[in-house]
Amino acid sequence: MNAKIKEAQELPEDVELLLPWHAAGTLNRRDAARVEQALANDNELATRYEMVREELGEAIRLNESLGAPSARAMESLFAKIDAEPARKPKVTFSVMAWVTEFVGSFQPRTLAYGATAAALAIVLQAGILAGVFVKEGAVGPQLASYHQNDPTVDGAFVLVRFKPEATVSDITKFLDENKATVVDGPAAGSGLFRLRVAEKPLSQGELGSVVKNMARNPVVGLTVPAAQP
Amino acid sequence: MNLNLNRLSRDYSIRAEQLSANPATSDEVLIGRIANGDRLAMQVLFARHHVRVFRFVLRLVRDEAAAEDLISEVFLDVWRQAGKFEGRAQVSTWLLAIARFKALSALRRRPELELDEETAEAIEDTSDTPDVALEKKDKSEILRKCLSGLSAEHREIVDLVYYHEKSVEEVAEIVGIPEATVKTRMFYARKKLAELLKAQGIERGWP
Repeated sequence: MNAKIKEAQELPEDVELLLPWHAAGTLNRRDAARVEQALANDNELATRYEMVREELGEAIRLNESLGAPSARAMESLFAKIDAEPARKPKVTFSVMAWVTEFVGSFQPRTLAYGATAAALAIVLQAGILAGVFVKEGAVGPQLASYHQNDPTVDGAFVLVRFKPEATVSDITKFLDENKATVVDGPAAGSGLFRLRVAEKPLSQGELGSVVKNMARNPVVGLTVPAAQP
Repeated sequence: MNLNLNRLSRDYSIRAEQLSANPATSDEVLIGRIANGDRLAMQVLFARHHVRVFRFVLRLVRDEAAAEDLISEVFLDVWRQAGKFEGRAQVSTWLLAIARFKALSALRRRPELELDEETAEAIEDTSDTPDVALEKKDKSEILRKCLSGLSAEHREIVDLVYYHEKSVEEVAEIVGIPEATVKTRMFYARKKLAELLKAQGIERGWP
């Protein structure tokens, strides 16, 4: 009991306890401002902060000097993975992961003016996509394995890249007008979405006219027929 | 058949390049793909994190071969458990929590891995006088030696905060202790470090 009281007495103020995290840049904005304020008003604390920064630098050097594991670690991992029972692919959908990937697929400058609408549009599209899966009878994080009439496999598909300035209503209107649903995307690097435009495969001519019609819409930047999966 | 294989191999390489080059392919996205059995996503995640996880484990078990075995176990757990990842924490935090659990389990199974819980004493027993030690090594080197001499518990928290850039909340999650304890444990780790430095002739005027 006495030891605990002694410990509590020797502990410094909370702001001093936060110095290591301030040096590492991992404090939230409010705490960081609190520490900055304290450092500006307390020379002794500022001196101790320099010690923390010194420790930080040497801890990084020490860890960086540890080197890296040999290729054996990776070989052993993938040998074990190969020995695992084959995993049946599932149609899973994570809205957060999709939003992250979609927003990240824009270049920063494009993102500056297009991100808000794009993110909102994605949330809306996620609802549409989830709706498709629910209608097909698969719900939740384990959306069941592939089955007959899988909306990601059966039907006709086109690849579309939406313009960054497209609004939520623009995109939903475009999808409604074309009776299209988003089944995949955005593809890494290209930002292309795969849209299902018909429940059954279309002939080359029919798919060509769908693409031509879609390309006229100002909401899209690029439209091309997609190969059958 | 060969042509098809070549094409497959080329497509695989292109996809690997896209996956690793595109910053949009976040760790969370990779975990989603791994949950679906995407071996390539696993490769990208491994390439992205294995060095840091290895260093974290190595500092705990102090045995390179054991650390290599452990990181392959850590990532195998990721492969198996990816579908259960809830996204409440960063993937790197999740990886370090798994790594810590594996390292501590290994230490329990093979106590010889933890050569000495308190290497500090070995450092304090140096035959050199503090003045001689200072002449031999510069301050940075001594500081790094003292960082290595901390107990496993203190090494762990120092590394998580300084090297792995984990916040108070994240350290609490990885180590499984309250946030207030994270702050005080870091304080005592730093205090111990100051004592070790003092024993080496470096007086910092704190604590």
